[in-house]
Amino acid sequence: MQSSSMINYDYSVAKLFAFATIILGIVGMLIGVLIAFQMAYPELNNLAGEYGTFGRLRPLHTDSVIFGFLVSGIFSTWYYVGQRVLKVSMAESPFLMALGKIHFVLYLLVVAAVVVSLLLGITTSKEYAEFEWPIDIGIVVIWVMWGMSIFGLIGIRREKTLYISVWYYIATFLGVAMLYLFNNMEVPTYFASGGYGDWWHSVSMYAGTNDAMVQWWYGHNAVAFVFTVPIIAMIYYFLPKESGQPIFSYKLSLLSFWGLMFVYLWAGGHHLLYSTVPDWVQTMGSIFSIVLILPSWGSAINMLLTMKGEWQQLKENPLIKFMVLASTFYMFSTLEGPIQAIKSVNALAHFTDWIPGHVHDGTLGWVGFMIIAALLHMTPRMFKKELYSKKLMESQFWIQTTGIVLYFSSMWIAGITQGMMWRATDQYGNLAYSFIDTVNVLHPYYTIRGVGGLLYLAGFIMFAYNFYKTITAGRVIEEEPRSASPMAA
Amino acid sequence: MDMESIRELQAYGYAFASVFFALIFYGYIYHLYTSKKKGGKDYEKYAKMALDDSLESSPIEKVEPTKKDKEEQ
Repeated sequence: MQSSSMINYDYSVAKLFAFATIILGIVGMLIGVLIAFQMAYPELNNLAGEYGTFGRLRPLHTDSVIFGFLVSGIFSTWYYVGQRVLKVSMAESPFLMALGKIHFVLYLLVVAAVVVSLLLGITTSKEYAEFEWPIDIGIVVIWVMWGMSIFGLIGIRREKTLYISVWYYIATFLGVAMLYLFNNMEVPTYFASGGYGDWWHSVSMYAGTNDAMVQWWYGHNAVAFVFTVPIIAMIYYFLPKESGQPIFSYKLSLLSFWGLMFVYLWAGGHHLLYSTVPDWVQTMGSIFSIVLILPSWGSAINMLLTMKGEWQQLKENPLIKFMVLASTFYMFSTLEGPIQAIKSVNALAHFTDWIPGHVHDGTLGWVGFMIIAALLHMTPRMFKKELYSKKLMESQFWIQTTGIVLYFSSMWIAGITQGMMWRATDQYGNLAYSFIDTVNVLHPYYTIRGVGGLLYLAGFIMFAYNFYKTITAGRVIEEEPRSASPMAA
Repeated sequence: MDMESIRELQAYGYAFASVFFALIFYGYIYHLYTSKKKGGKDYEKYAKMALDDSLESSPIEKVEPTKKDKEEQ
């Protein structure tokens, strides 16, 4: 190991993934806004033939925001945070440097394959696992490379103890590896049948109810290990660093970590309430979802208490605003989720618009805001430039917050209305409404949802502009700030 | 084995697992909060890792060089 006096942290790979985060974020959110308006105005399905229909675009939206925006955000922050808390530069290892760059190039190739295949309608039809087997192999290679990068950097570290964020990144790596492999066990039909059909086509190795159980064990834990665990990794680093305050209780962060790891994996059954899976699986899913409030709120309260005595920063620093609202939305959605997982509530909520409402207050409020704050914190340090505009960040914050509120409030009303109408019966026990009756009633809420999404996208484009202007026209800073990020008015 | 026996085993397993994991959980909390007093680890010092993360600053706990590293030096 070389002496640290001659070297600096190397952010080349973190920068590359930061660009990918922003570009894929815009693409994914743009498609999201389009399909939201398609729900309100179905004629928008006809803009680009088969390629512009809701059915083609919906997986492209979910996959580009999850595996594009979010996962590149995870990679970008890892290549930044990992070096800093382990006190080792990637420049010290030519191998890790090369690995990081190849990791990025392969990632882009797989993203391209995903976009093309989904637009062509090539899909396994498993939600959030739509990619066919050749792409799955590519994803496994990328993931293994990221794992090598994590453990490689840990291997040459100077700091003996792994900071809590590193534990969360490791959990992300291991959790997704296990989930992805098991849920994507598939049989390539061309090779298994001796040459029938398309070479890329496959069917799941599991059948019927077993397939559903594995799928939702995966699906819910994708929420755990992609939407939650790495975002906690980010906030445990960026909130203390930006505010200059140590984590309120490091012990609580450890306790919540193990609590979350143990409980989350058992909660997936709540996606299959009132279905053909065994009753005990459903009950277990419900109970573990309720128990999940404890570790989730343990982390969230820890984040909020980190700001104890320093709440004036909320007024002064837009990055703190983003992070505090992110942890508030984390508390909010980790209470809402368990409520929806209670069997009697689920009887009303299942299959209604309340579910996408819940998902989006978590993803837009918690995940989106945290990644935005992380990138804003990293930008002045990676490019040695002052953030271009504080005013722009403030406006972005309020526009996006308004967007989120419009999104989830409209979906609450729509979902509960929908659920009540589906259950309503007349005095003879006949259903009181047909499906089209619900669609007519829900139309205004679908429009409001589209407007909410559009506001969030507008804010995101403002963020991208601020990022671009910071790099190209930001004032150069000589010394790296210790805490609060420098920003021009 | 008949269904009734399986159910009975499940119930014993469930009761045991509940008690066992609850004990581990509270044991871990006890360990975390008494460790410093007993002369063990002070977990709160690790919170400084995020704040003091410059490459020049000294680590909170340094990785000891291995035998091989020493030989190379």
